[in-house]
Amino acid sequence: MALDTTTPTATSPQGSSRSVSGFLYRHPRVRLAGLLTAPLFWLVVLYLGSLAIMVLASFWSTDSFTGSLVKTPTLENYQTLFRGQVYWVIAARTVGIALAVTVIDMVLAVPLAFMAAKVVRSKRIRYAIVIAVTMPLWAGYLVKGYAMQTLFINNGVIDWILEPLGLKGPGLGLAAVVFSLAYLWLPYMVLPVYAGLERLPDSLLEASADLGASAGHTFRSVVLPMLVPSLIAGSIFTFSLTLGDYIMVKIVGGTTQMWANVIYDNVGVANNLPLAAAAALFPITVIVLYLLAVRRTGALENL
Amino acid sequence: MSDLTPPAAHETTAPATSIAASDVMPPAIRLRGLRKTFGSVVAVDSVDLDIADGEFLTLLGPSGSGKTTVLRMIAGFELPTAGSIELTGVDVSKLPPFQRDVNTVFQDYALFPHLTVAQNVEYGLKVTGVGKSERRKRARAALASVRLEDYGDRKPAAMSGGQRQRVALARALVNCPKVLLLDEPLGALDLKLREQMQVELKAIQRDVGITFVFVTHDQEEALTMSDRIAVFNAGRIEQIGSPADVYEKPATEFVAGFVGTSNLLRGEAALKVLGNEGVYSVRPEKIRIVDTETVIGDGGHGADGTIAEVVYVGDATRFVVNLDAGGSLVALQQNSTTSSSDVAALRGTRVRLAWRREHEYRVQA
Repeated sequence: MALDTTTPTATSPQGSSRSVSGFLYRHPRVRLAGLLTAPLFWLVVLYLGSLAIMVLASFWSTDSFTGSLVKTPTLENYQTLFRGQVYWVIAARTVGIALAVTVIDMVLAVPLAFMAAKVVRSKRIRYAIVIAVTMPLWAGYLVKGYAMQTLFINNGVIDWILEPLGLKGPGLGLAAVVFSLAYLWLPYMVLPVYAGLERLPDSLLEASADLGASAGHTFRSVVLPMLVPSLIAGSIFTFSLTLGDYIMVKIVGGTTQMWANVIYDNVGVANNLPLAAAAALFPITVIVLYLLAVRRTGALENL
Repeated sequence: MSDLTPPAAHETTAPATSIAASDVMPPAIRLRGLRKTFGSVVAVDSVDLDIADGEFLTLLGPSGSGKTTVLRMIAGFELPTAGSIELTGVDVSKLPPFQRDVNTVFQDYALFPHLTVAQNVEYGLKVTGVGKSERRKRARAALASVRLEDYGDRKPAAMSGGQRQRVALARALVNCPKVLLLDEPLGALDLKLREQMQVELKAIQRDVGITFVFVTHDQEEALTMSDRIAVFNAGRIEQIGSPADVYEKPATEFVAGFVGTSNLLRGEAALKVLGNEGVYSVRPEKIRIVDTETVIGDGGHGADGTIAEVVYVGDATRFVVNLDAGGSLVALQQNSTTSSSDVAALRGTRVRLAWRREHEYRVQA
């Protein structure tokens, strides 16, 4: 009967989709399995699986004559890395660059995000700022890399600007790497800070002023403490992205080497995959330690 | 002239901005020609208001009537477009909030979530450089005054709405401001708690003797707590007066409608019943319902009609009576002897409404 809606037949499309919904409603475990199978496969097999193989491979070696893999467990790669002074220098430099990039991005992001979230009243201008900040994410990495190169290169844009003042830019090298990476990862710092500031009620700023605090005091004792989780969330991006970068340093770094270059060169030119695998564990270890440290601050809930 | 009295005649020299040092204490707050526009919207328009020292003044009005904007201008969160704000005779119109001796209790309490309750209360003292032990002592006393002395170590998130409200009050009062501004502080509480806090707030205000400026849209709250009420509508003050004045003698149709039940006789009906054109307000509880044979004496007025609606509200019953003369009036009768089943049967009954002449007020349309 056309009007009988109380007993939908299993053959009607609506009826079958409803009965599937009904089945899933009554069996929450099946529902969960349906939702999680694909992402779990992705995570466990493709990501954690390959990571495990990499850890395993870091204990292998290569036959120096044929270049083929020798799958006998050895600590040779780790000994090479720990004993080579050059590796310590590169590791320290890489962590230093990552810290510098993170600090620069924090210093740039906080006033910018504060401007967008709290000072500008017009929604349009606010969104314009946010879009302007995220715009560089739409451009290709290499485009931005070579744009940076034209800035820092000898007789490049920075040199042109500084020339009338009798100054010269830093040229390609460490400083160029730090500034280029800071530029590259800035959106990843601005966005969590902006989100954090948006969640910060205006009334808290007013309450602080009401209780006698100047703007600077309010910033130090209310805004910054409440932004700590957002800053840490942003720093996870800027720090880890910098640790793993090896392209920007090739474009604007001159002869500077970062840790990821060690990995890349051993994968490619040196054809020593086991050593590359061992080297790859260094940034992973640093990041894991960092994540464990910040987990206490509650920042991970702000990602 | 008092303008010329030498300042030496007074123990404290008057601030330079108030040359007009008179023998009378300047009011705690004096607003003159206060105006605020947001773009093309006029939020507050030519507000003049004197608030006496130690007074509990309520700014009452519907949302968007400008009452909160006035409060925010007194606090310094908004700069007036025109007009002046004086605190005890000193013009503070252009001063930032942190240079004004007022404190605010916010609608959302605005407690700092990263600080403990005690740290929240101490915040203002710390900013102004009060020493640590003095700070501790005063914060504890302030928390004790709102009965939260044992909650100093908690974070605001671990407190109930009513407790947070009291912390916000302690945080403001601990600074001993000249004026305390309260922006709908009870709005988020449930009815029972709200009634309890009304009594407590009033008691605290009597104890500390600080001027309270209280913003609310709840007319009952305004009537129970205030020394005076300023009724706001569309950015202007419609009437200022004691709760009894505002309730019993509404100056305008708006006040009559916003404070209490709108109960108006107008036009044709007013002419027939009262013998006068114009808009008149009669409060529902002043109206007695009598049978149609009752003779009404010289001191009163009466109007016949039919009971159209009977609303049982527990302690009383509200009768909506359609008048033969046109329009309708609401009469409120205590249920001292009747009950819900009795009153429900009265719908459709012909009755005569009677009230005393002194209870009808002509209001501005």
